[in-house]
Amino acid sequence: MNIRVLIRLPATARPGEVVEVRLLLQHPMETGFRPGADGRTVPRNTVRRIEASFEGERVFAADLFPAIAANPYLAFALRATRSGTLAVSIEGDNGLAQRETAVLTVT
Amino acid sequence: MTRARLAMAGLAGALALAAGAAGAAGFDTRRSGYEDMSPSTQALQRDDTQNPAMLWVSDGEQRFAADCLRCHSVASLRGVAARHPAWDAASAKPVTLAARINLCRTRHVKAPALAAESDGLLALEAYLALQSRGQPLAPDGTLALRPFRAQGERLFQQRFGQLEFSCAQCHDDNAGRRLAGAPIPQAHPTGYPIYRLEWQGMGSLQRRLRNCMSGVRAEPFAYGSDEFTAIELYLKQRAAGMVMESPAVRP
Amino acid sequence: MSASTATPAVQPRRRALLLAGACSVLLRPALAAPTAEAQAAVARFTGGQPVRDGRVVLGIDAVVENGNTVPLTVTVDSPMTAADHVQRIAVFTELNPQPDVLVCHLGPANGRAQIATRMRMAQSQTVTALAQLNDGSFWRHRVEVVVALAACLEGG
Repeated sequence: MNIRVLIRLPATARPGEVVEVRLLLQHPMETGFRPGADGRTVPRNTVRRIEASFEGERVFAADLFPAIAANPYLAFALRATRSGTLAVSIEGDNGLAQRETAVLTVT
Repeated sequence: MTRARLAMAGLAGALALAAGAAGAAGFDTRRSGYEDMSPSTQALQRDDTQNPAMLWVSDGEQRFAADCLRCHSVASLRGVAARHPAWDAASAKPVTLAARINLCRTRHVKAPALAAESDGLLALEAYLALQSRGQPLAPDGTLALRPFRAQGERLFQQRFGQLEFSCAQCHDDNAGRRLAGAPIPQAHPTGYPIYRLEWQGMGSLQRRLRNCMSGVRAEPFAYGSDEFTAIELYLKQRAAGMVMESPAVRP
Repeated sequence: MSASTATPAVQPRRRALLLAGACSVLLRPALAAPTAEAQAAVARFTGGQPVRDGRVVLGIDAVVENGNTVPLTVTVDSPMTAADHVQRIAVFTELNPQPDVLVCHLGPANGRAQIATRMRMAQSQTVTALAQLNDGSFWRHRVEVVVALAACLEGG
């Protein structure tokens, strides 16, 4: 089951410029602590790990816990060296395993 | 006597029109709920790369391309959200934007209606509402809407629930004051559908109205009810001329 | 009330003063000591190494409108070169059901040691941001955050 992922980064960057990568994921981040309508605890359903690689080299990783707000937002910096593809992998509960890409153009 | 009375009536009528018409420069004391929010929450709304509602907008864009582009260009739908609820001649009653989307689906696309508050319906609503962002709320002027709008105004003034509060008591008489630590907004629906932090998700004006009714310990009206359509109609008129900011974020 | 029914070791007037002192602490919460679970979570991250205050800035509102979505940034003063960079940034709470919030893995490729996210806070409490540098040192910034609640919630 795929979730909606928005990856925002500038369309172009100069070599050496530090850009900001912004991720927005559509996911309830069910904590596993919350009682449901029937009184029983709703089982945990969260995004657990996000990894970002640029042209195959890992540039960022994050371990997420239930305290991350629903519809997770995550931003990190990336030094632009050359044009290429940023690959973002997302893993989580209930077999969530997804890969999204975005292109960075360095002029 | 008759002339003077006619003149007075004319003057009163003109004043009433001016008061009713939104945006009379210098006299418009209406504020969006945006202004009652903390700077951080305002920043969430302002930045499309951070606003969680944009996830639904992205979904809505895809659904629109799949089902609606065959008849409607995106540009042709600018202002539509700003005008709804609007008159539907076929059913001889007002319809909200969500109801209009479903009517289009069943009548023209020959696709099943989307459930109230479903992600799909909210996505389409959010995408359409975004096309009216920055435009003034411009209620449908169809005369046949008047009795429905009047019903909406009566409901706005009516006391509900165990707490026996009317909408007007909080949002007309006490707007700007605090309720349980949170500022009471004037309740102008300039940003719907919204991402409400409390819901951790997207919702329509009707969902928010249901929260209000629960808040005064009243049995909320059903989604899609005539009562809610009437209230929406009145609220939009009350906010006529205010700028649309959909899809908004609210606490 | 006779003295024999009160705590024998403490004079009534002193008890009143102590109680008043305790109440004033509760009304104006200072940076309370972390709970055992929160301390254990931090210790897991630091491996028991000493932590110093500084170099890390946790950007978060002192008062937040809704605990469901609290925006925050963590910035560490670092050149992010191969010789001198931040390896990990972590965020912890003290009174959430679980103290861990986020652990980020960084390196020179980032160019800047800065992350942003949104977290949940079950109640008013202290939030801690920690950074581990490549030289093995740990730095932190702790911020007290007060959480308000919206009115007219779903379900009453």
